[in-house]
Amino acid sequence: MKVLVPVKRVVDYNVKVRVRSDGTGVETAGVKMSMNPFDEIAVEEAIRLKEKGVVSEIIAVSLGVAACAETIRTALAMGADRGILVETDAELQPLAVAKLLRALAEREQPRLMILGKQAIDDDMNATGQMLAALLGWSQGTFASKITIDGDTATVTREVDGGLETVALTMPAIITTDLRLNEPRYASLPNIMKARKKPIETVRPADLGVDPAPRLKTLRVVEPPKRQAGAKVASVAELVAKLRTEAKVI
Amino acid sequence: MNFGLTEEQDMIVRTVRDFVERELYPLEAEVERTGSLPREIGRDIQRRVRELGFYAPNIPAEYGGGGLDTVGFALLERELGRTAMALNAYWGRPSNILCACTPEQRERYLLPCVRGEKIDALAMTEPDAGSDVRGMKAVARRDGDDWIVNGTKHFISHADIADFVIVFVATGARHITCFLVDRGTPGFDIRPGYRSVSHRGYHNCILTFDDCRLPAGQILGAEGGGFEVANTWLYATRLTVAAMCVGRARRALDLAVAYAAQRRQFGQQIGKFQGVSFKLADMVTAVDAADLLTLAAAWRLDQNLPANREIAEAKLFASEMLARVTDEAIQVHGGMGLMDDLPLERFWRDARVERIWDGTSEIQRHIISRELLRPHGG
Ligand SMILES: Cc1cc2nc3c(=O)[nH]c(=O)nc-3n(C[C@H](O)[C@H](O)[C@H](O)COP(=O)(O)OP(=O)(O)OC[C@H]3O[C@@H](n4cnc5c(N)ncnc54)[C@H](O)[C@@H]3O)c2cc1C
Repeated sequence: MKVLVPVKRVVDYNVKVRVRSDGTGVETAGVKMSMNPFDEIAVEEAIRLKEKGVVSEIIAVSLGVAACAETIRTALAMGADRGILVETDAELQPLAVAKLLRALAEREQPRLMILGKQAIDDDMNATGQMLAALLGWSQGTFASKITIDGDTATVTREVDGGLETVALTMPAIITTDLRLNEPRYASLPNIMKARKKPIETVRPADLGVDPAPRLKTLRVVEPPKRQAGAKVASVAELVAKLRTEAKVI
Repeated sequence: MNFGLTEEQDMIVRTVRDFVERELYPLEAEVERTGSLPREIGRDIQRRVRELGFYAPNIPAEYGGGGLDTVGFALLERELGRTAMALNAYWGRPSNILCACTPEQRERYLLPCVRGEKIDALAMTEPDAGSDVRGMKAVARRDGDDWIVNGTKHFISHADIADFVIVFVATGARHITCFLVDRGTPGFDIRPGYRSVSHRGYHNCILTFDDCRLPAGQILGAEGGGFEVANTWLYATRLTVAAMCVGRARRALDLAVAYAAQRRQFGQQIGKFQGVSFKLADMVTAVDAADLLTLAAAWRLDQNLPANREIAEAKLFASEMLARVTDEAIQVHGGMGLMDDLPLERFWRDARVERIWDGTSEIQRHIISRELLRPHGG
């Protein structure tokens, strides 16, 4: 079984993001970029499925500027087999990404696509769902456990009320939650091998998709500064302050 | 000329740094507090690094090592230098000198080191012979097919966790031989050394040889060929000191920059005061310069170009740079910089030894100036 795993290049989760002075977005120049952590979990899950013999080939896909090839290379160093870069300088929004991925799915015919539930940059949490709708495939989102048995994928989902288990008929779209697994580090032999693994570059036009954005970002602002905290000496003082100063009780 | 990292090198840097930051930083405070690292934790680090195929990265792939070239290895050492020596000691980098093993020695020493089953230490220094290694007093005299060793070595790093030690002893006037000595060999003792201000938890030991009998098969390289084998294989060790200094300095610098942007006095970020910002400018300039000197020397080694002077320059400059950068990083932090809530006071203490071990700054200057003057008959 072939599995396709999209991996997004985002500002590293350790970086304290800053809004660009013109308010058009966050500063990415000179900032450390890494694979979206939820996508790392997706790659890891695909590799584990391959190690179990369920998956035969893992294709890592990234969409965006040429530097996204680095993110694919990281997936290859973790253990993916080959990569596809959909190269474009256009701003990519979930619907465009979903359409591009649908086109790739039609070309590559994977039985399974594992995506991060969201990217930590725009927190959209939409691409997996849109892709499932466009393809007409089953979907299991926010997965904390995945088992595959023949044509059925059993997915445990982390929902507000607890854990929900769904059975999906393949082909299917699964999106990962944080607790699904702990991604591995790239191993030195795999880093050395990654270079020899192929990355194919295509453009949105090759896939017949116009990625032009449908949404317009008007303004990006810093969150309001948090007030400094204060220490209180006793519970009584805390209660008094909550009543008279914070006015919450 | 190309100053960029290859994709592999970039990924090695990212992976090692991620591992160091996520897995080793959290262990640092406890190592500092207790002055030691439990062996189980060390073994766990070894096991995980082995699983990643990053163990023995400096040893050729034909012996099961990672087979990195010198630039790749320097980059790896740079990232390992960010964390405590007590921790990164378990990221096995067996001494390159073990590549001089005979096939029989290889089975007993090199290969078990590569597999993480044995740890080596290396002993040259003696109480009366430091910079002047040729003046060593430990001697071995022949007795039939065996050698009988007497003498003392001191300051021997991590011999407390070593299974065997690569030891240099005099076998005649101006005649030095290198021996492989197993822990537990009768007449050979590994004792705790001194308590050092630098690198808590990374211990140095005193080795004593009291009529210690070694079969001739324990000689590494040729009898009397101790310096030849050392010069061939330990040539680049000093470069790893330089690389580690760069990594640790970069970490101190990052802390200083973040603090300068966050700490406010007189109603503004302290980084807005030129007195602070110019310090940062000087620090990053020095770190970058040391980084480039180190990588350039590594590159020369990979090109098989003479690199003796360049390695000495990198070791000298990087270790002195680290002293200045850690000192200034503390200055930027004010009083907090001295408190052990932050790692800076430790970096500052740890920096001190880098100008001493693997050849003092004076000895590096001696090497550099000798190379300069030699063509002029100096
Ligand atoms: C923590 C620690 C760990 C160590 N680990 C090891 C190890 O694992 N294995 C090992 O073999 N050794 C090890 N060493 C020893 C280290 O390499 C020596 O300390 C170093 O070579 C200097 O020798 P020394 O301390 O005897 O100083 P000395 O050689 O006595 O030097 C004293 C001073 O005189 C100066 N000096 C000496 N000769 C000259 C000269 N010709 N010109 C100008 N100045 C000169 C020196 O630069 C120094 O300032 C370690 C040392 C330390 C502190």
